[in-house]
Amino acid sequence: MCLGVPGKIVDIDGDIATVDFWGVRRQVRLDIIDEPAAVGDYILNHVGFAIRRIPEESVAETLSLYEQLMAEAADDAMTSDIRGEIAAASAMAPEKGRA
Amino acid sequence: MTGEALKFRDPELARALAAKLAHQMTEIGRPVSVMHVCGSHEQAIAKFGLRSLFPKALTVIMGPGCPVCVTDVPEVDEGVVLAEQGVHIATYGDMLKVPGTVRSLADAQALGGKIHVVYSPAQAVELARSMPEQEVVFFATGFETTAVVTAAVIVDNPPKNFSVLSAHKYIPPVMEIVAEMPESRVEGFLAAGHAATITGWAVFEPFVERHKIPVVVAGFEPLDILAGLVELVELVKEGTPRVVNTFPRCVTREGNRAAQAELWRVFRPLGGRWRGIAHVPNGNLRLRDEYAHVDARRRFKIDITKLWDYAPPHLANQCICGDIMAGIRNPYDCKLFNKECLPENPVGACMVSNEGTCKIWHLYGGVPDLSEVPA
Ligand code: SF4
Repeated sequence: MCLGVPGKIVDIDGDIATVDFWGVRRQVRLDIIDEPAAVGDYILNHVGFAIRRIPEESVAETLSLYEQLMAEAADDAMTSDIRGEIAAASAMAPEKGRA
Repeated sequence: MTGEALKFRDPELARALAAKLAHQMTEIGRPVSVMHVCGSHEQAIAKFGLRSLFPKALTVIMGPGCPVCVTDVPEVDEGVVLAEQGVHIATYGDMLKVPGTVRSLADAQALGGKIHVVYSPAQAVELARSMPEQEVVFFATGFETTAVVTAAVIVDNPPKNFSVLSAHKYIPPVMEIVAEMPESRVEGFLAAGHAATITGWAVFEPFVERHKIPVVVAGFEPLDILAGLVELVELVKEGTPRVVNTFPRCVTREGNRAAQAELWRVFRPLGGRWRGIAHVPNGNLRLRDEYAHVDARRRFKIDITKLWDYAPPHLANQCICGDIMAGIRNPYDCKLFNKECLPENPVGACMVSNEGTCKIWHLYGGVPDLSEVPA
């Protein structure tokens, strides 16, 4: 579960980013990301929140492990953890308590 | 190790790293045990068959790196009692089958308890918003990486009917406990890359200072793990304990400062038991007084002693999860492993979660050569 999952930001609205994970678009919160992120950046999503902006030079290396794992059967332990991390991001806009 | 069994992107590099490890161990000339504290590391080690590449004299143990597994029995009891009081419980799917004293959350659900599986604390908040007349408790597990996210939703004005039952745990203190165990032969720790993304690698410096045991932060690729082990064994060989970060593409010295601030704003460390292991000073993360209104323990009367009229199920007494997580035994030492204890019907917590050692070894197999695992 602490593996997280990388995805690419395709849109930002306040502190909510729409992120593409292998064709699945989900919304990820940016409240606790380490550095400001912009559209086009890759982030590491953990339980629905971006915890890190992945530096551009590290993106390819980071993605390769996940690409390998995403090709595995869905019941593989690592693959199912990653799918869980994708499912952790909201499918619809989460309501915000904060204005 | 034959070529086809290596599922690496770069088998040449993997072989070179394995050869380097073998050379280092020959120079050391005695057995060495090191420990990692991350379910994802164990998954990768088992899945990619890394143990077959390790020199025989090097034992790589999975320590208490599965947050669900170390959630203590009375903590599960608290969730069960709340469910029996009619409170809606939202929690990660892995928690459902984790045994409590008499019942798991799955048992409570079968008896009519309202248990909801969520993947994120934000989904638990959405659930609370969707039914304002009902009390929703997020039963929160996970290490600091996950606790940060719980903290983020707590400071984000959740609705009044939302509260948190925190079973969050903090990794650095348990490393001290394992290092101090008299039976422990752990001479180095491999720390988990993504947890250190939040805390930064400097968080391990006091530990190294006190225990003179090196810590290497490593990523999750098979090659990252091998490279991390080469670095760690080198530090053991040289007798120069320090923290080395072999995962700079993800981890900095300071880590994610904003996230740390959020974490410590909401949580305070408190001593408590980790299932089967020990009392860990500062090992539990509990809500600060400022957030008492979100703290399920303060909002509800949770009397778990009423569950204790029953004797615990007999088989569970034979579970040796605690010794496994302390690195003293391994799953094959458990008589129930792959027999009475299976993922469909787990006896102990380590067989429940995808991050538990027993479950991982059940799925992928564990060690190729058992003679080298400490008895
Ligand atoms: S196999 Fe089951 S009973 Fe045995 S140690 Fe593992 S979790 Fe416990």
